[in-house]
Amino acid sequence: MSTGDTGNEVGSWAERALRRRWRAPVMFTVLGLGALVLFGLLAPGGERSTFGISTAGDIVEIDPVGVPSRQAAILLALLCLAVAGYALLLTARAEPVPLWLSVLFGSAFVLSFLTWAVAGETISLTGALQGSLALSVPLIFGALCGMLGERTGVINIAIEGQLLAGAFLSGVVASLLGNLWVGLIAAPVAGLLVAYLLAVFSIRYLVNQIIVGVVLNVLVLGLTNFLYGRLLSPQAQTWNSPGRFPRWKLPVLGDIPVVGPVLFDQTVIVYCMYVAVLVVHVALFHTRWGLRVRAVGEHPEAADTAGIAVNVVRFRNVLIGGAVAGFGGAYFTLGAIGVFSREMTAGAGFIALAAMILGRWKPMGAVFAALLFGFANNLQSVLGIIGSPIPSEFMLMAPYVLTIFAVAGLVGRIRPPAANGQPYIKS
Amino acid sequence: MKLELRGITKRFGTLVANDDIRLTVEPGEVHCLLGENGAGKSTLMNVLYGLSAADAGEIVVDDEPVSFSGPADAMAAGIGMVHQHFMLVPVFTVAENVMLGAEQTRGAGLLDVEATRARIREISEQYGFDVDPDAVVEHLPVGVQQRVEIIKALVRDAHVLILDEPTAVLTPQETDELMGIMRQLTANGTSIVFITHKLREVKAIADRITVMRLGRVVGQAQPESTESELASLMVGRPVSLVVDAGTSEPGEVVLAVRGLTVVDDRDQLVVDDVSFDVRAGEVLVVAGVQGNGQTELTEALLGLGGRASGSVRLAGTELLGRPVRDVLRAGVGFVPEDRRTDGLVGQFTVAENLVLDLYDRSPFARGPMLRHSRIRSNAAERVGEFDIRAGSIDTLASTLSGGNQQKVVLARELSRPLKLLVATQPTRGLDVGSIEFVHRRIIAERDNRTPVLIVSTELDEAGALADRILVMYRGSVVGIVPGDTERDVLGLMTAGYAPEQAFEQAARHPTRTGHPEHGGGDEGEP
Amino acid sequence: MSEQEHDTTATSGGEQRQQEPSVSQRLWRELTTGSAMLTVLSIVLALAIGGLLIILSDPRVQQAAGYFADRPSDTFAAAWQSVSSAYAAMFRGSLVDFGEYSVVRAVRPLAATLTNATPLIAAGLAVAIAFRTGLLNIGAEGQIILGAVGAGYIGFTMDLPVVVHLVVAVLGGVLAGAFWGGIAGFLKARTGAHEVIVTIMLNYIARFLLAYLLTLEAFRRAGRSDPISPYVAESAQLPRLFEGSRLHLGFLLAVVAAAVVWWLLTRSTIGFRLRAVGFNAHAATTAGMSVARSYTLAMCIAGGLAGLAGASQVLGTERFLSSGISGGLGFDAITVALLGRANPWGTVAAGLLFGALRAGAVTMQAETGTPIDIVLVVQSLIVLFIAAPPLVRAIFRIRVRSRGLGAPEARGWEA
Repeated sequence: MSTGDTGNEVGSWAERALRRRWRAPVMFTVLGLGALVLFGLLAPGGERSTFGISTAGDIVEIDPVGVPSRQAAILLALLCLAVAGYALLLTARAEPVPLWLSVLFGSAFVLSFLTWAVAGETISLTGALQGSLALSVPLIFGALCGMLGERTGVINIAIEGQLLAGAFLSGVVASLLGNLWVGLIAAPVAGLLVAYLLAVFSIRYLVNQIIVGVVLNVLVLGLTNFLYGRLLSPQAQTWNSPGRFPRWKLPVLGDIPVVGPVLFDQTVIVYCMYVAVLVVHVALFHTRWGLRVRAVGEHPEAADTAGIAVNVVRFRNVLIGGAVAGFGGAYFTLGAIGVFSREMTAGAGFIALAAMILGRWKPMGAVFAALLFGFANNLQSVLGIIGSPIPSEFMLMAPYVLTIFAVAGLVGRIRPPAANGQPYIKS
Repeated sequence: MKLELRGITKRFGTLVANDDIRLTVEPGEVHCLLGENGAGKSTLMNVLYGLSAADAGEIVVDDEPVSFSGPADAMAAGIGMVHQHFMLVPVFTVAENVMLGAEQTRGAGLLDVEATRARIREISEQYGFDVDPDAVVEHLPVGVQQRVEIIKALVRDAHVLILDEPTAVLTPQETDELMGIMRQLTANGTSIVFITHKLREVKAIADRITVMRLGRVVGQAQPESTESELASLMVGRPVSLVVDAGTSEPGEVVLAVRGLTVVDDRDQLVVDDVSFDVRAGEVLVVAGVQGNGQTELTEALLGLGGRASGSVRLAGTELLGRPVRDVLRAGVGFVPEDRRTDGLVGQFTVAENLVLDLYDRSPFARGPMLRHSRIRSNAAERVGEFDIRAGSIDTLASTLSGGNQQKVVLARELSRPLKLLVATQPTRGLDVGSIEFVHRRIIAERDNRTPVLIVSTELDEAGALADRILVMYRGSVVGIVPGDTERDVLGLMTAGYAPEQAFEQAARHPTRTGHPEHGGGDEGEP
Repeated sequence: MSEQEHDTTATSGGEQRQQEPSVSQRLWRELTTGSAMLTVLSIVLALAIGGLLIILSDPRVQQAAGYFADRPSDTFAAAWQSVSSAYAAMFRGSLVDFGEYSVVRAVRPLAATLTNATPLIAAGLAVAIAFRTGLLNIGAEGQIILGAVGAGYIGFTMDLPVVVHLVVAVLGGVLAGAFWGGIAGFLKARTGAHEVIVTIMLNYIARFLLAYLLTLEAFRRAGRSDPISPYVAESAQLPRLFEGSRLHLGFLLAVVAAAVVWWLLTRSTIGFRLRAVGFNAHAATTAGMSVARSYTLAMCIAGGLAGLAGASQVLGTERFLSSGISGGLGFDAITVALLGRANPWGTVAAGLLFGALRAGAVTMQAETGTPIDIVLVVQSLIVLFIAAPPLVRAIFRIRVRSRGLGAPEARGWEA
């Protein structure tokens, strides 16, 4: 363009004033001040918060770390405020607030809260992290499932149903055949079946994706409850005694303090999760498949004119997602509990959906969000044991409240795939 | 490559969109497909590109009949298409968009972005495109986006390139650049199918012209034909391109806009410090190439859309910052650009649509209750007055033809006393009969002493209706000139030339396409 | 392909002759009767699949199938016995029990059906009215909980005169539900937060809020340590309609609510606005309607209706508050509204049907040991079939000329 380019120049005062989005930085400031007052200034002084690092039997024993609660909480709250200040500065300059800043803020806020909550007590950091990861595993699988669908423009509300179906079938198959591995293979099949229904109804019959998802959840819930009441509960020996996978401690890696016992002394399902996250990340952003998937989710017409069969890509991805979620469902029965129980996913599918949104439809982001949610959930039970200053119900609410804040734009801007939820109908 | 269409027929229900179309595109020629909106050009090209299947007829490439089940087949046969609405993924980079569907990989499905970058640079150099492979498409100007589309086709070795209304979003200057590119392409042996309804452009570039009307080929023409010959062929009867608007005597200033600045949802500055007046009994046409802030300007007047600052006074009352409802109540009639999306509720009946912004006022409501009898009698009256062809007043608006839909919108907006009429692209996509009707109504409203603000991207329409013309370019006002200003001058202004420079340039270079052909040095830059 | 549409309609031009009114009327009739038939077929199909499930999971059938090759008739007999006894029990439990000796006892199952239908109708209306405004209200569950909390709290803590107490308690429930629904509407209106996400999250927040409240002194029944509230005062109870049944005044309230919603949607200016926004928010905005206010209002009304369902549960059916007060009603409400095609009277009919299924399933479980959860399966199958007419037609090999009306406008997170 050879003529004057006014569009890229720094705009007028009026323009910049109109461009600013104050919601996120203001939210940061409010939360930061809240942390400062509540966790720091109002807290009684003189107490220490102690965090245990090592677990018994570690090669390298590390002494528990204790910090003066009030001072540490204040320090962390000030860090929050510093981040908020930087965000305010960026906004004043009409620049966007980057994701890492939100993550930094979140971490500092949570730590500030933690030092306040465990004042005068000791908690095992390793134990807390182990518990968090345990609770996040199905969330991460579920979030990957949601992402695989939504990146192509198909909203998957049935993650919950897919997790539950995976948990159910893996338990039943493992019980009937007395083989955990066959059970593990059956899990993705269950998720796949639910996903197949989602795909058929939403892609072929163009039924509203959200409605199909909601209804499928009810269907899977009814089905598993029915069969549980009819078969699994009365004949538990035959139908519902799968057992669990043992933990495998990886050599060397498993001996690293903190990291080792948390990450590398796990069941095969967790190791599969690491692989799944990596594979989805690489596939989505660095392969031909991923490029096409993202194109279909952002601009299906453009993908179509480039010779990509939009609905085939969508169908396939929904199925892959279902398999991933079904596999994650197996964690409930074969990884964690050892038996199937009614409604055992207890809303994990919806928190997974939330993790996907908070993680902005990116695998790594979803992992971070899922870990945060797992941490909050785990903390709630840990604090319950040491006598928490706040009711556990509020801790349990945290992920949901945070998600509402996120979709309301209070923690930065969220931009789903542009064609999300819209069926593609060829003329 | 030689391309032939033999007897292509395409029906939508009872409607025949393409009826036995025959045409031949010789290697290296620019073949213009000329026709009004709705003549069936785009339908035909969608068939050719494999986007929809023909009901009858065949496509022949180099004397070999081919059949396309999708765009992939068409591309494989050497056909490329640049769509009117660009088929680019906004959040992707240029390279990602170019490689999509024709990716080069390094094994295991991993993308080889570098190879694509190299191809883009190569083609860019060859045609002087100046496109950065790593730029994100949504941040690029439309002219550059169009080049990305062309690169997409060239990377796939297109021998026939279909350009569907490519100039709609371009300034005359960019149009010239595009034509330069087209000549380069044909010189290299690529054939081009150039779809348009703009006669001047056809005359400037075509080697051969096929004219379509109502789904049929109505004739071939030579580039030497006069514009009025082409026009009558295209429309089916002799047309006077100018509506007799008569003269008007503008009265006092009713609408005063000062320093209006608008930023859209994507944080782009779309209207930049715009000021103007509209007087009673005059038509002010806002002209400019599509996408230069005209739509956003009218939306801001109405209180819609992005964030706005400045001042909009109607008869002394500030309107900016007020909700749409208040603006409408203040006496502003509004005909939106996209009647299907913004003007009508498709699943509502004609009767309901005729009271869409009056439904909660007397006589159509009493307190919280709707008065269905009044709504129906009003509808019967309007349908008669505006000659709305609908099965009944209970017909769903979505089933009406474009012209009748626009009449419903006009009937509604003109049915209440107005202090200002704002209409954005009021005739877009309409047939000639409806266009005349709409124009007559607008002039009648002006003659009622109502100030009228029209947004039009068609310079002919601007010239026909306007008492004064305001030209916008990149969100700013280039200048306000009299309604009888020469087309050449307007064309230059839509490219950003200040009026004085535009007059000067136009006087120096008489042109073919309505704007100067500038070679190397553009000394007249603003 | 908007350009396509452009082309086709514009070509038909101003001269196009519109269809004769009689034709469109005929088409309309065809569609409505078609959809009625479709509904019946969907229900039949869902019950058939449910029956199959009952048969397959029956241990006696499995046993007989073990020697299928020797005596196939045994398998069929066992299968028939299994499904017929289950569905017969369901019928007895939901409509009329001919085995009873008195009329009152014989129609008691019908009363149970109406009792079960009450919250389904009210909450179904909550989903329906939001749907007509273009919103998917997945949050009836949470709104019911809030309604129950509001009504229950007033019911068991306050001391008011007879009629006044009931009215205040019901209103309290409605307002609490309206508040909860309004949050989603307000956030959608002000920030564009997708109502589906927000309402799902609010469901869980409501659930934990209820769990928390039930740990408080004010909500705990004297002498009990488990999370269960005191009974609501007699003055705040919805009166039972007749002896020996739990059917209460709440049912009539739900029917009145349906009438009000019908009037609102078809006869009032508010309804005109909500429907316009629901069909085309852009055109509504351009016509000066406040989409933001419509969303907030619709979600408040929706929340209020769900709150009514909660109030009716706590003041009429259960008469105390516990963590299971909603028990998935909110999700059933979605299926009710869908089956009722988001039409108030359709919602009433669908509520009655699902109420019957629920009531019948209780008897079925008691008499034949078939788990009550089969209802969820049947319910979700019905809705799936209704939503995809081509599927049902394919199954029953019905030929139709008109296209199916299946999908309500599907929209993304950022509608």
